[in-house]
Parts: sequence; C-alpha cells; structure tokens
Amino acid sequence: MTGPGPAPGDNRVFHVEGEPVPRDADAIEGDALPVPGGQLPVVGPAVRFLDNRTGLVTFGRSALEKVFPDHWTFLLGEIAAFSFIVLLITGTYLTLFFRPDGTTTIYTGPYAPLDGTKMSAAFSSVLALSFSVEGGLLARQAHHWAALLFIAAIVTHLTRIFLTGAFRRPRELNWVIGFTLLLLALAEGITGYSLPDDLLSGTGLRIIYSIIMAIPFLGPWIASLLFGGLFPTTAIISRLFIVHVLLLPGALIGLISVHLLFVWIQKHTQYKIPGATEHNVIGLSLWPGQAFRSIGAFLLTAAVIALLGGLFEINPVWIYGPYVPYAAAVPAQPDYYVGWLEGLVRMAPNWQLTLFGITILPEPFIPGLVVPGVLFTVLWIWPFIEAFITGDRREHNLLDWPWEAPWRAATGAAFATIFLVLLLEGANDVLAAWLLIPVENLTQFFRIMVFAGPVIAWIVTYRLARARLEHGTKPIEPRGGIALRRNATGGFEEVHDRAAVDAALGGGGPK
Amino acid sequence: MTAGMERDPDRAYGGPRTVRPTTTTERRAEVFVGLLFIATILAALGLIVSYIIGANTQVDGVLLAVAFAGLGGAIVVWVQYLMHTPTMIEARHPIQPNPAADVSPGQVAMREAESGFTRRRMLIGMLFASVGGLVTAIAVPLFSLGPLPGRALFVTKWKKGSRVVDVNGNLVHASQIPINGIMTVFPEGAPGDAMSQTVLLNVGPGLLQLPADRASWAPQGFVAYSKLCTHAGCPVGLFRATEHDLMCPCHQSTFDVLDGAQVTFGPAPRPLPQLPIQLQPDGTFVALGGFPEPVGPAFWNQTSGGGA
Repeated sequence: MTGPGPAPGDNRVFHVEGEPVPRDADAIEGDALPVPGGQLPVVGPAVRFLDNRTGLVTFGRSALEKVFPDHWTFLLGEIAAFSFIVLLITGTYLTLFFRPDGTTTIYTGPYAPLDGTKMSAAFSSVLALSFSVEGGLLARQAHHWAALLFIAAIVTHLTRIFLTGAFRRPRELNWVIGFTLLLLALAEGITGYSLPDDLLSGTGLRIIYSIIMAIPFLGPWIASLLFGGLFPTTAIISRLFIVHVLLLPGALIGLISVHLLFVWIQKHTQYKIPGATEHNVIGLSLWPGQAFRSIGAFLLTAAVIALLGGLFEINPVWIYGPYVPYAAAVPAQPDYYVGWLEGLVRMAPNWQLTLFGITILPEPFIPGLVVPGVLFTVLWIWPFIEAFITGDRREHNLLDWPWEAPWRAATGAAFATIFLVLLLEGANDVLAAWLLIPVENLTQFFRIMVFAGPVIAWIVTYRLARARLEHGTKPIEPRGGIALRRNATGGFEEVHDRAAVDAALGGGGPK
Repeated sequence: MTAGMERDPDRAYGGPRTVRPTTTTERRAEVFVGLLFIATILAALGLIVSYIIGANTQVDGVLLAVAFAGLGGAIVVWVQYLMHTPTMIEARHPIQPNPAADVSPGQVAMREAESGFTRRRMLIGMLFASVGGLVTAIAVPLFSLGPLPGRALFVTKWKKGSRVVDVNGNLVHASQIPINGIMTVFPEGAPGDAMSQTVLLNVGPGLLQLPADRASWAPQGFVAYSKLCTHAGCPVGLFRATEHDLMCPCHQSTFDVLDGAQVTFGPAPRPLPQLPIQLQPDGTFVALGGFPEPVGPAFWNQTSGGGA
C-alpha cells in the first residue's frame, strides 16, 4: 500500500489507493451519479450500491455514451450476433428432447411411413421432437433457418469489412478473429446437420470420413480415432453432439467476446461522411439511441426466423429416412455453406499420386482439404497480405468506398466468383435436371469457369471501380432534356429555370 | 460528460429543454407503437391458447413472429420518432503502447538473465522435456477413441463360397433380376454390411467385355461390383441401363459396367472392384472368393495389400 494505512481505532474504510471513503457511502447524496434514471428511487440507490463496491459506474457512464456509427452495413455483424442468440435459445430447447445415441432401435410413433423401421435412437428422437413435442418442429426449423442466417450474416459482414478495408491496421487481428468465427460457425453447421442421423447427413459423414482417410499416411488412423472405428460407427453421433453443443459454442462465445472487446477498444470505423475524420467517431450514443435500435433489430431478426421456422419446411429428415450405408438420396445437396466444398470434390479430376505401390496423395485429399485450406488461409490472413503488397501500414479509421481500392474490390470479386462457381457445381445434378444439360457437360463447364470466372470477375470489377473512381471526381453534369410542369388547367408548360427544376427534383444532378 | 466526448455543436442537447407540443407525426407514431404492443400481447395470448388446444407449427410460427415483430417494431418506431437521439461525435485517441512498459525482447531477455533463469540451461532443457513428456502422456489415451483400422479396410465379409443374399438376408435368385435389372446384395450372414455392399446386375448375355482372366466371374451376363464408390465411399446406386453405366449420386463418378467398371467420368480414381460369382443350378449365386482388391475410397497403403 502506498497510501496511509488505517490508524488503530480508525474505523474508516480505505480504497486500495488509500483514499478514505465514509462507510455510510450508500446514503450519501451527490452529483457523482451521472446515470440517467438516477432520479428513480430504486435505480439510484441500486447503482450507488454497485458503484461503491465495484467502481463500475465511471465505465458504465462512458459506455452508455459510446458512439456507434449509423450505417446499415454495420447491422450485418449485429444480425450474426442476433442469429447466434436465437441459435443458443432454440438449440437449448432441442437438447431437452434430442438423444445423441447411435444405437439401433425400432421406430414406433405417429409418423406412419416409418413405423416399424430400424433406425438410430438419435433419428427416432428427432422424429419424436418434430411430431410429438409442442413447438418442437418450430424450434428445430427455426434453429436450422437461424444457422443459415448466422452464416450468411457472417459472410456478408466479412464481405463488407473486406471491400471497405476495415480490416487494416489497427484491426488486422479482429479480421483474423472474425474469420475464425466463420470457420467455427461452419463447423457448427456441419456437426449440427449431421446429428439427426438421416440418410442425407449420414452420406455427408461418409464423405467426410473418406476425405479424412485421404490424408497421406495418417488418414486411416485419424478417421478411425475420430469416428470410433470403421465407418459407419455408433459412436459418431454422441461425439458430434458434444462438439456441437459444448466445445464449438464455448469457443464461439469466447471469441465473440474478444471480437466485441476489440471493437470496443479500437472504436468503430466509419464511412467518409461529412465531418468524419481519422480522429473521431460520428454516430449515435449507445444509450438510449443505439441500444433501443439494436434491441429492436434483434427482435425483428427473431421474428423473421420464427416466421421461416413456422412456415417454410427445412430439412424434412423423415422424407430422407434413417441412414443406411447402402442407400443414398438423389439429388443430394448439403446446406449452401458446404455446397462450395461439395462442388470442389465433384469437379476435381480423378488424379492421385502413387509411388512404389503407395498412394501418396489419395484423390480426395487435394480437393477436400488442400484447396479449401489454401483458399481459407489466404482470406484468413488477408490484412497482412494486403499490407505486405501495398506497403501501407498506417492506421485507418476511415473506410474506403469499395471503388476507392479497385485492386482490392477486384480481388474480392474474384474470390466470390470462385466460391460461387464451386457452389453451383455442388448443385450440378439439380442444375442439369433444370437446364436439361448432361451433368458431365455442366461439370466440364464449371471446371473451366472456376479458373476463367475469377479472372473475368477481376478484370470487370477493376474496370468498373476505376470508372466509378474517375467519374466520381468529375463535377456532376446538369440534367439534359427539358422539364415540364403541369399547370392549373391540366396542360403542360416548359420550365426554363434550371435551378428550380433541380430543386424540385431533390437537388443536383442525376442520382 | 466523459473526457473525450464532444457534443455535436449543431445538435446540442442536454440542459433545460423547452417543452414543445407533440406534433401530429408523433401522435401517429404513438398510436402505431401502441397498436404494435397490442399485437404482441394478442400474439402472446394466442401462443398460450395454441399450446392448450394443440395448434400446428405454422400457427405457432406466425404468432411467434408477430409477437417478436410487434415488440421489435414498436421499439424501433419509438426510438426513431419519439426519442431524441442526436448525432454525437466522440474523439478517437490514437492506439499506442504504454511507453512506461518496456516490453522489447532485449528488455525481457535482460530480465530473464538478471533473474538467473537463463543461466540454468540444463534445468531449462529438462523443463521442456518434462512438459513435452506430460503433454504426450496426456495425448496417448486419444488412441482409446477408436480401434486403429488395421486390416479392416482391406477385407469385407465376402469369402469363397459366400451365398448371395439381399438386404433382408433372403437368397437371391437369378429370376429376380431381369435384363438391365439391378439389386443390392450382401454375403449370407451380413445383410446391410457397409463394407460388403455389392451391386448385382444383369446386363444380358454377350455384352460384357471383361478382361480374359475374369471371364468366368460373370455367369450369363450377371456381374457383381462393390457398391462402395472408390471416390468417397457413397453407395453407387444409379444404373443407367441404356449407357450400361453405374453413377455415384454424390459426385457423379461413372463406371462402365460392361468394361469391368472402368471409370468413364468423375473423381473416382479406380474401377469398382469386381466380385467373382457363380450361378448355382438352383438359380442362386455364390461368391468364388472375396474382392480381389480393397473396396471403397483411397487411402495411402491401399494398393499394397490384397483382398481377403
């Protein structure tokens, strides 16, 4: 202690710093309680009680006045967070009824077409919670829709961050954390839709097992250890379950906390709106403006998910039936966020490297693990790659408009094109049926497009961005043509006053 | 106000504000917010009723959506039209390390040296060795997660003399499979076995072009291949009779049934292994042996081993 210690008989209470505080502090009136609502007879004393024991009010006060930029693109990350909350709530409800049990049972229940069918206890419990539990199917479908929305929101949020350069110093690490969150979310999605043990998800697990088995030299061991033996195993459902409901959500919650902490410390970036500089943040304070808007946005997100879950059927596992290793659903597609991986595995040529009778690189290894690994690694460490290429290591708090960095926008478009082509290839059987094109031809086309597409997208985006950049710096041309005004008698007369026309049309120039 | 906060001079707030009369817009907003709250209350009551009378998923979903949307919409409208939330400007302080805390590698190394930590090389080496040993010891039980594959990937339940049965364990008769017919079959005693799943096809006599040493494996146009795709292990269940090819529904690997299941399209790196079968006088089938090579997707030592 640096301050004076209490003298014998001195019954005052001391802060660590040694500043005396009267013991009866709770009763003291003062202006140092700057909390809105301090006037209320309950809130005031409660806040004071807390502050006298934690000193948190100073932080709370500054927190309530923290400024949040007001732009719709800042909502994308929030929607991801809101979806995650819905996932936690609906997911918890589902665990009350789901049985993570791979052992075989005979189904007897209200769904007549499967009555008497052999299936895992897990699949049977999914049927039970879908057909016999009040709100069970709603929760299950809402959970699935929320998962789709969660990943879509993360991807669009990352896209916004990428295109506006928000990941630049000092926020490189938060990009890395955000991208890690995407990976965790993808893992949540894959483990989650494998849990019902239906025909479609079981086939997916079979493919995952084969891809793991293709890891050079160690593959068969790793696959066997992860799945608890040779596919299919009864152990896998309970293992996926604990990963899905404990390990991954724990990691997500931890990393989301760090992600938000970083946003808090580093403050938000902002667009180049009037008054915005590198040294300020313009927007709404957290309380009450931003807080109420966010709460409202959360409830509206929940409303959309509830509507989707109630009205739009998703993953009707009873139609696919239970998993049996000798049957497969046709056509078979995973959820969209895995579709690109499926496309990669579909379009890969059947090459594998064999030396002296040993398969060094089994076929699924490169499309199943190496290519996704490379694509994701590049995006994962993108802030450092861009800083290395441009040499720009300054701090940036003002965002670029996407066209202000044509090179970056073009690269983003190229990446998006790769994933889009792969996603379409992942649905090649469905597309072939729609377009009446042989699936082989479609695959050949996508094999070309996965290389040509990103090149085309890069060039087109680069040129568009350059054009916008150059056009945007020119003064806005006056409107062409003539302006007419309807007069009192119903006829039209020409208006010659240019300024009046522009004013009437809402300010200068074409929009 | 906290240090670093400035009020937007154009839209200053705080201090005594004059009470101005409620505008028409605000009145409308108040009514609208009120209606939205009522919608939420009614939807919530509806959900309770729905639970009691046992309504369906669709009704519950709509009611839940209305309840959430009413509350959320009311809050959004309230804050937008009925609350004064001015634009604020917050100063941003440069993020910089604390100059008092020297964390340079040199400084840290010096501290380490001063503490006498780095002097005891031998003990440091042993520290790392013991940590490594402990981590390894904790990791070793990971082998309890599952049996190592051993020879399991090289063998199936098919043996010389295995009788051919269907998924229910019933003996398969040649008469059950017409020309261009297909059936999923298993060795007797293991119906439904994942590794042993086999397709038995009847392509009719005279069309098969199998290698000479397999001529006796496919009696009267009946030919049997492993149903486990050599790409990723999906069941190869789509038989396109006009092209005489088998296609995998997962990734469209295509195998020419007439030509020993050679790969004609897709990512599968090798043909489906063929099961040698014999037609018995009573019209049933037996296997002349197991698959001559491992079935299913590729793994590193696949080709070094033989079949059962």
